[in-house]
Amino acid sequence: MTSLWPRLEPLLPHVQKPARYIGCEDGAVTPEHGPGKVAWLLVYPDTYEIGLPNQGLQILYEILNERPDAVAERSYAPWTDLEAKLRERGIPLFSVDTHRAAGEFDVLAFNLSAELVYTNLLNCIDLAGVPVRAADRAPEHPIVVAGGHCTFNPEPVADFIDAAVIGDGEEVVSEITERVREWKAGGRTPGSRQRLLRDLASVPGVYVPSMYEPVYDGERLVAIEPRFPDVPERVEKRTIADLGDWPYPKRQLVPLTEVVHDRLNVEVFRGCTRGCRFCQAGMITRPVRERPADQVRTMVLDGLRRTGYDEVSLTSLSSADFSGIEGVVADVVDQPAGCGNVSISLPSLRVDAFTVGIASQIQRARRTGLTFAPEAGTWRMRQIINKLIREEDLYGAVESAYSQGWRRVKLYFMTGLPSETDQDTLGIAELARNVVAIGRRHNKHASATVSVGGFVPKPHTPFQWFGQNTAAELHRKVGLLRDELRRERGVQLKWHDPKASLAEGIASRGDRRVGAAIEHVWRHGGTFQEWSEHFDLGLWEEAMAANGLSIDWYVHRHRTEDEVLPWDHISAGLHKDFLWQDWQDALHELGVEDCRWTPCYDCGVCTGYSIEHVVASPVPPAGGSQGTGQDLATGGERPAHLLGTRAVPVTIGARPA
Amino acid sequence: MRLRIRYARLGKVRFTSHRDVARIWERALRRTELPVAYSAGFSPRPKLAFGLALPTGAESVAEYLDVELAGAGPVPDELPDRLSAALPAGLDVLAVAPLEAGADSLQHAVTSCTWTVEVLDLDADRAESLVAAALAAGTLVVTRQRKGKAVTDDLRPALLALGVNGPTPAGVELHAELSTQPRGVRTSELLAALDPGLQEGLVRRTHQWIQRDDGRVEPLPLERLPGTVGAHTSRVAERVS
Ligand code: SF4
Repeated sequence: MTSLWPRLEPLLPHVQKPARYIGCEDGAVTPEHGPGKVAWLLVYPDTYEIGLPNQGLQILYEILNERPDAVAERSYAPWTDLEAKLRERGIPLFSVDTHRAAGEFDVLAFNLSAELVYTNLLNCIDLAGVPVRAADRAPEHPIVVAGGHCTFNPEPVADFIDAAVIGDGEEVVSEITERVREWKAGGRTPGSRQRLLRDLASVPGVYVPSMYEPVYDGERLVAIEPRFPDVPERVEKRTIADLGDWPYPKRQLVPLTEVVHDRLNVEVFRGCTRGCRFCQAGMITRPVRERPADQVRTMVLDGLRRTGYDEVSLTSLSSADFSGIEGVVADVVDQPAGCGNVSISLPSLRVDAFTVGIASQIQRARRTGLTFAPEAGTWRMRQIINKLIREEDLYGAVESAYSQGWRRVKLYFMTGLPSETDQDTLGIAELARNVVAIGRRHNKHASATVSVGGFVPKPHTPFQWFGQNTAAELHRKVGLLRDELRRERGVQLKWHDPKASLAEGIASRGDRRVGAAIEHVWRHGGTFQEWSEHFDLGLWEEAMAANGLSIDWYVHRHRTEDEVLPWDHISAGLHKDFLWQDWQDALHELGVEDCRWTPCYDCGVCTGYSIEHVVASPVPPAGGSQGTGQDLATGGERPAHLLGTRAVPVTIGARPA
Repeated sequence: MRLRIRYARLGKVRFTSHRDVARIWERALRRTELPVAYSAGFSPRPKLAFGLALPTGAESVAEYLDVELAGAGPVPDELPDRLSAALPAGLDVLAVAPLEAGADSLQHAVTSCTWTVEVLDLDADRAESLVAAALAAGTLVVTRQRKGKAVTDDLRPALLALGVNGPTPAGVELHAELSTQPRGVRTSELLAALDPGLQEGLVRRTHQWIQRDDGRVEPLPLERLPGTVGAHTSRVAERVS
């Protein structure tokens, strides 16, 4: 192997933040490559600062490096300044661990956690010296695999990847390794690449796009058909049954330079069943699987000692829902190492005094800001999205926050939600004003930051049929809020660029034909589209038009019940009729409870995969299943047809055998 | 009690920034469980004082850090090794010593630094003549940008020594002693003053100096080499000193 470091080093004094490219993190490995070992390059197609903390990538890095027949290194998208120099000198994409050329690896595995990185995926494949279209690849080229939440609709990138992993990667990376090892041992003869891909297509959780043929009738997609009888019609997601079996990362990487989430991260559970209807992450990661509390404690305390961090984040989609969270938090706060100055952060979807209570316990020292996500401005709207927070819940929560010394709260909202009226939008301003008024009773400098994002419907959610608001409509709604809040001095309004929401909409629910537009954007210099200084909606519009694709049809059109969706052959375990019913219930303003603590309504995941929730507490936290005081009667009746006949028991206390 | 630590920054870690190194040190000190004193107040920080910032990309065998400890006591012999083990490869502790009470902060005390500077694509003869010309000159005027305005500066008073060490594979290596007061002069500014076309290669700080009436001293001399330093760094340090 040849390290590219000697060629890279002279370039680094002339680029921004050169420490992005040196590796050397605590926890990094210096792997020994060999002919009997499958070499994986795990690539995060955005900058090092964004990509390094990615837990999924770090977990696979460790699992693969523990295998005697695999090695794994990491790579991140070089920033534009370095990319220009690399291209000028013909230096390819490289790993940060040993600075080995990407093309020397057997597998290039990309983490796709946001749609706007798709053009960077193409750019990284190209920088690796690999043809961007899978069809053009030859025996000497690595296998290009993608994983992460975006692969639940892999179609927009189907032409560029050889395979996609759907769902949890912990187990399936080993199964892929075994297949690739055989391929490598066989000498990668001509034709063998095709056989390998066909073989991979039968690994559960692996989708090989080239084994499927989309069938269209004019604009409409009518089917995505397997091209061979041994290729499954539907690819089911992978789910690890018990997070306790996977105490990873064991040696979290500690970077030398500043990154986002620069702290110890310990995943306390995976999955979420609160049932927020806009939330793809919640829908595709069911059921809830808690890590045993003792394992959480060990991972936190060992991790702090090993890394020297003084901050730990207990991660999940809503960590205040973790059974016994108060006990875990108390143990960490009181632990002796780190001079007692350890701070904890945890994301929470709950909007209630309970959350504030935990927050005051963990932010004893730094009371910077507290974030709540009511997501919508009126109760009617929150019933539609199934985020069942009443105004009094929010006011109670901010009351206790301001009264305990916080001066600033952050509130997250979405606009452009199904059936939203201007009154619903303006409800955001109303809530914000009232929140600040409550704050002023405790502190005359009390303030609130309101962040508003344009809603982008996502595959595998009840809102997947909804036609997204146009950018102009989102602009108009943001304008309403700006006018309304202009004279409100305590409220600072921030909003996400509606143009970026439009591009995200194209990539989120696109089919395979959208791939050509993504390639067009990339070929015309459209990389780093997640970065406002590089984002260019004009490029996307031009790319869609150049390929005869209608933005209106892909983004703003409501889908019908009988329509074949581009991701229908990919399964998150959710019954399509469950999602449709939930969509109808949404439009009727009916809420559903969290199935973690109430009877199952058979969304399909546990029943279909014979798995179940792993939740230590038999009862919901104080305040009810939504973490608020409401009972669903105030929000409409629980629809009887959602009460599953095949109820799934919740695992209480004991671990599943 | 305060400890003064001298350490090296060599190899890939030279691309970290001054801020990066500060964070790396905070984590390393927590990992070694040294009883570091913390500031009081809303967000307690460890009481660390770093010396003059080293530019991103430069190496050094003369970096310093003062650490305030919560208690007093002898400095354990193995402390340099323990600290080096908690630091990333390339950051190595060369020496640790208690600091007498009332000692000046590094920022104030240090008056000059010695550097080696590689100049790319330059032969030794031409380097000798540039050096001779600079030493003979009454002024060395450079123009630099400050808050959007061009300001001119005479570097000659800050240039305390300059010489040619010899050829390197990519060019030639110079050594220079540059004063740090009233402001620290960068090696890149020196090269620009010698000849605006010169290209800087590897730069390494070899010494920081404190000027006293009876001569100059280092904040923490390396007299105890090689016993108290990591094997890797002691080789480098010997080569340099
Ligand atoms: S199958 Fe039932 S218990 Fe499992 S996630 Fe779906 S609704 Fe909840």
